Amino acid sequence: MNKGVSTKRKAYIGTMRFLMLASALLTVALVVFLIVYVMYKGIPNITWELLSTRPSYLAGTIGILPDILNTVYIIIATLVFVLPLGVGAAIYLTEYASNKKLVAVIEYATETLSGIPSIIYGLVGMIFFCQFLQMETSLLAGSLTLVIMNLPTIMRTTQESLKTVPQSYREGAFGLGAGKWRVIRTVVLPGCVDGIITGCILTVGRIVGETAALLYTAGFAHALYGFFEGLENAGATLTVALYVYAKEQGEFEVAFAIAAILMALTLIINIAAKLVGVYFKRRR
Amino acid sequence: MKNRKRLFENIVHGIFLVLGLVTVGCVLLITVYLVISGIPAIREIGLVEFLFGDTWASTADPPQFGILPFILTSIYGTSGAILIGVPIGFMTSVYLAKVAPPKLKSTVSAAVSLLAGIPSVVYGLVGMLVLVPGIREVFDVPDGSSLLAAIIVLAIMILPSIINVSVTALEAVPKEYEDASLALGATPIETYFRVSVPAAKSGIAAAVVLGVGRAIGEAMAVVMVSGNVANMPSLFQSVRFLTTAVSSEMSYAGAGLRRQALFSIALVLFFFIMLINAALNFFLKRSKEG
Repeated sequence: MNKGVSTKRKAYIGTMRFLMLASALLTVALVVFLIVYVMYKGIPNITWELLSTRPSYLAGTIGILPDILNTVYIIIATLVFVLPLGVGAAIYLTEYASNKKLVAVIEYATETLSGIPSIIYGLVGMIFFCQFLQMETSLLAGSLTLVIMNLPTIMRTTQESLKTVPQSYREGAFGLGAGKWRVIRTVVLPGCVDGIITGCILTVGRIVGETAALLYTAGFAHALYGFFEGLENAGATLTVALYVYAKEQGEFEVAFAIAAILMALTLIINIAAKLVGVYFKRRR
Repeated sequence: MKNRKRLFENIVHGIFLVLGLVTVGCVLLITVYLVISGIPAIREIGLVEFLFGDTWASTADPPQFGILPFILTSIYGTSGAILIGVPIGFMTSVYLAKVAPPKLKSTVSAAVSLLAGIPSVVYGLVGMLVLVPGIREVFDVPDGSSLLAAIIVLAIMILPSIINVSVTALEAVPKEYEDASLALGATPIETYFRVSVPAAKSGIAAAVVLGVGRAIGEAMAVVMVSGNVANMPSLFQSVRFLTTAVSSEMSYAGAGLRRQALFSIALVLFFFIMLINAALNFFLKRSKEG
């Protein structure tokens, strides 16, 4: 293939090929190292006792059950709020909005939101939800902060799948005499289920990995509560617990156990997102 | 009957309009809150003294509120991460978009999206226990918690953003461009680097800007490996970024000037982010127009 190519060009091609391969290899090696290292250090420390108890200062033991529950509570609470908001906003943008300027403004705002770092969300969440609205440091304040953070994700995925609903479906329904709301409810919404599900998975992934926005809005207590009681009280999620155990208390064994759990969750979420994509593509 | 139906449709329209405006409201809320609570301290300390004062001693008497160390650390740290992360990410994305066989491509892509999903505290933890001791031994410094450690962690963390956006841009290059170059006798690799890459340059620029945004906004991983002392930036010294200054001041912000100064730091960080967002939008728009 490279016949008649000068030595200088051959050297260029060889160097570029080497650099590309080396970079790709380095990227993959980094991922493999991170997974293997965290699992190797973490899995031996995952015990049933760790998973099923809460920390006890008297016995000097550490348990992460409250942190697991808090993570679940925050995920549920955030999704409950963010789904209607995000899906509604996406429907407005693709089905209703006719004013181009308004659409541009909303889209610019959405992009801005997705660019704001989580520490700023944490700070604004702390002054707005915890102090101004007097929610104190609580899981509810934390999840409301996460709602703002994850709005752009849900909006984007829903919008993308709304665009794939053929225009003729809508026209057909209108032609049969259906009102706008009826068309949205019966034709448009069922068509964008895949986008909503993908959005949910991405949001769950982001919540599981979030720390900075939660540290000062949801706090870092480790008490055991039920769902509604839990929302009113402060509580650490898994990531926040990892941070506190590693940075403030030097409990690296527990930190690695949590890191291994988080790593496994990340893997599962990634695979789930991919499977959902494949499943819906096949159904189309 | 008809009127009632129309009224109902109008109400539904109104509800969706409100939902659509929620994001705009959130952006306004955040901006207004940060500006209102960030301005008083800057007024009291003085803009020049605040931005260019080189000592941060909020607990000293009299306290000093100069955030130049944080600003410079954030700039140096981000530049360092870009310097390391961009070449690796760029080369990987050319490989993925143009060279890699399909099976290998899907494996590497899966690895990259996994890298994006790993929580930042996990990066911080591994950095704390691998990178920090490593730097201490290799460079023979008393403490490995340093700007260098933060740069390396950030470089790894921005890789997925850079790779994903660049791959998308490279894949959107019209095949005719490449065919023309190949027909003129250029080899495939020459074509990718001398035709495809220049054609995708706006998209790649957007990828770099996105990486800058990610790096400058990261707090948790950085606070775990950088030592968090308000020094002027130096590669092997413990440093504090704008983000970590916000998070560490938040933990014991009482009342008074110190608390207000915290909001002012956040305002400065927000200003940087807004600049980066504007640049990102510019490049994305240009890359869409081709």
